[in-house]
Amino acid sequence: MSSITTPATWSTPTPHPTSPSPLLSIRHVAKNFGKNVVLQDISLDVAEGEFLTILGESGSGKTTLLRIIAGFESANAGEVWMGEERLDRQPPYRRRVNTVFQSYALFPHLTVEQNVAYGLRVAKRPEPEIASRVTEALEKVRMTAHAKSKPSKISGGQQQRVALARALVNRPRLLLLDEPLSALDANLRRQMQVELKSLQREVGISFIFVTHDQEEAMVMSDRIALLRSGELEQVASPREIYGCPATAYAAQFIGYTNLLNGHIRAGIVHSGALVWQANLPDGPALFSLRPENIRLAAGGAAAPGSVRVCGKVRAQAFHGATELIRVECGDGLVLVVRTPASGGTLGDVALEFAPTDAILVRQSPERI
Amino acid sequence: MFSRVYKTTVTLPPLLWVTVFLLAPYLLMFCYSFWSVSASQTIVHSWSLTNYGQLLRVDVYWQTLLRSMWIAARVTIFSLLLGYPVAYFLSFHAGKKKDLLYQLVIIPLWVSYLVRAYAWKTILGSDGVLNTLLQYVHLTKHPLEFLLYSPFAVVLTLTHIYTPFAFLPIYAALEHIPRNLVEASHDLGATPGQTFWKVVFPLSIPGVVAGATFAFVLSLGDFLAPLLLGGPSGIMISNIVVSLFGAAYNWPLGAAISFCMLLLVVGLLVVSERLEKKWSFS
Repeated sequence: MSSITTPATWSTPTPHPTSPSPLLSIRHVAKNFGKNVVLQDISLDVAEGEFLTILGESGSGKTTLLRIIAGFESANAGEVWMGEERLDRQPPYRRRVNTVFQSYALFPHLTVEQNVAYGLRVAKRPEPEIASRVTEALEKVRMTAHAKSKPSKISGGQQQRVALARALVNRPRLLLLDEPLSALDANLRRQMQVELKSLQREVGISFIFVTHDQEEAMVMSDRIALLRSGELEQVASPREIYGCPATAYAAQFIGYTNLLNGHIRAGIVHSGALVWQANLPDGPALFSLRPENIRLAAGGAAAPGSVRVCGKVRAQAFHGATELIRVECGDGLVLVVRTPASGGTLGDVALEFAPTDAILVRQSPERI
Repeated sequence: MFSRVYKTTVTLPPLLWVTVFLLAPYLLMFCYSFWSVSASQTIVHSWSLTNYGQLLRVDVYWQTLLRSMWIAARVTIFSLLLGYPVAYFLSFHAGKKKDLLYQLVIIPLWVSYLVRAYAWKTILGSDGVLNTLLQYVHLTKHPLEFLLYSPFAVVLTLTHIYTPFAFLPIYAALEHIPRNLVEASHDLGATPGQTFWKVVFPLSIPGVVAGATFAFVLSLGDFLAPLLLGGPSGIMISNIVVSLFGAAYNWPLGAAISFCMLLLVVGLLVVSERLEKKWSFS
């Protein structure tokens, strides 16, 4: 897996080259509410059949971006294209895009069945077609038994499924999901993640999924667009973004990491007590080293080519199969290490890692 | 949870108030409605249903009651037709001017009822603002007589007075509609018109029912507007009750008519509450 171990390039995050003609193309979109800049210069492509996650903290602008695609907000600058069609000039009801809302937004005065039929009814499809498509959609989300219930009589998870069926029954080209799982409890959420992903594979519709939960993003997505304070930090597959984070922020937001400040002189990296070889230009540099890429070294000589450092274990946190250990290595260097659960208390340890696992990342500029 | 002393102190005053000022007078009125007046103008405390029989037998009573209901019905329809669009605009499209416009709709309620009724008198009279204007621009040669002292004047004035009462519950109902339902409707391909008829209007029905009930019940019992602007043809049932309790000195018959109106209004309130419940989904 050389792509994981080589440092990320210095290039700015650009849309991942996907299929030759993307389904949706967001070009230089910017948005501000008064003086509050919410999005700046966002460019992003979504391929046919792709599951793209927009990941970001609250206030990063991810929901605003979704609302611009759906048509509930208009951008101050930039364009949104769907194939040959300029989407951002259309009112929401003319876009072949459907949304699953965070709070589901089911119509309280309509039954489950009528909710699902809504889009087909307003499009004036013939009644027999509506009936068969609604039945099919309800079967797909396993809600047939509740077809005649009002939304207030079914549980949150069930409302979630109805909202999904209500959107999918219209066979949109693109489905937007605004934190649809955030209101569910942890177990149901994990179950829905799997269901949603397999449903997306089955129907083959492109999904844009907005979440603040990095684990959710990792589990479900083909690609993740990491948004930070209104700018795209990195757009890549979950493996790539985890293995090769482009920035310190990406490295810290997706999973946990050790950030090492270092200085490079003549192909040698110096970071506190650590020294290793790297074929990089001279100057200050920042590295990300994942806890699972550090090993507890056995006695004897260091493995050839690996970096070794000794330290004292200051804290141990049990996580089931693995354990996180905080090791003080002197010179202010603290490393967090993920090891298989050891079953005992550790004292002095020797740590080892391969220099190729220290990934060069860009310092993320401070943003408000 | 709360001590008995506390419960008693908070329950007793309203209970007393309701008993002394509502239940007791109603009971007294109910008793009166079975009594009668002797030739020497004294109340005879003998029980009979004569008064209720008279209400059905004498044409002017039941005809006036029907006319009052017809006037109240027209006032209700016009109040809704005026109040709903204003409430809808304020709730959905007024933006930053919402609070100001809301106050403007409410302000007429601060002005005395009498002043507003008299204002219409000066507008609608033979030498009034409207007739003078119509003649000045040569639309009419003579003052239009039907403007004042007619059911028209009563309906117009009552509509003006009770529209805010219809507006308020409608506005409250519209404000309660989650805006993401409107977005969801647009998202599913519904035009603004379809969205209004399929989502917004059905969800505002409890407000419409409450507003209609206010407008109907309040104008049905009104006696000042018909007194000031109604003339002989614009008389309403309350005017008859007033005169029966006053100049005519027939309290028992007045009480019987009042009791029938009370039953009518209570019936309406029960129906309107059922309707509101049926159409509320929160």
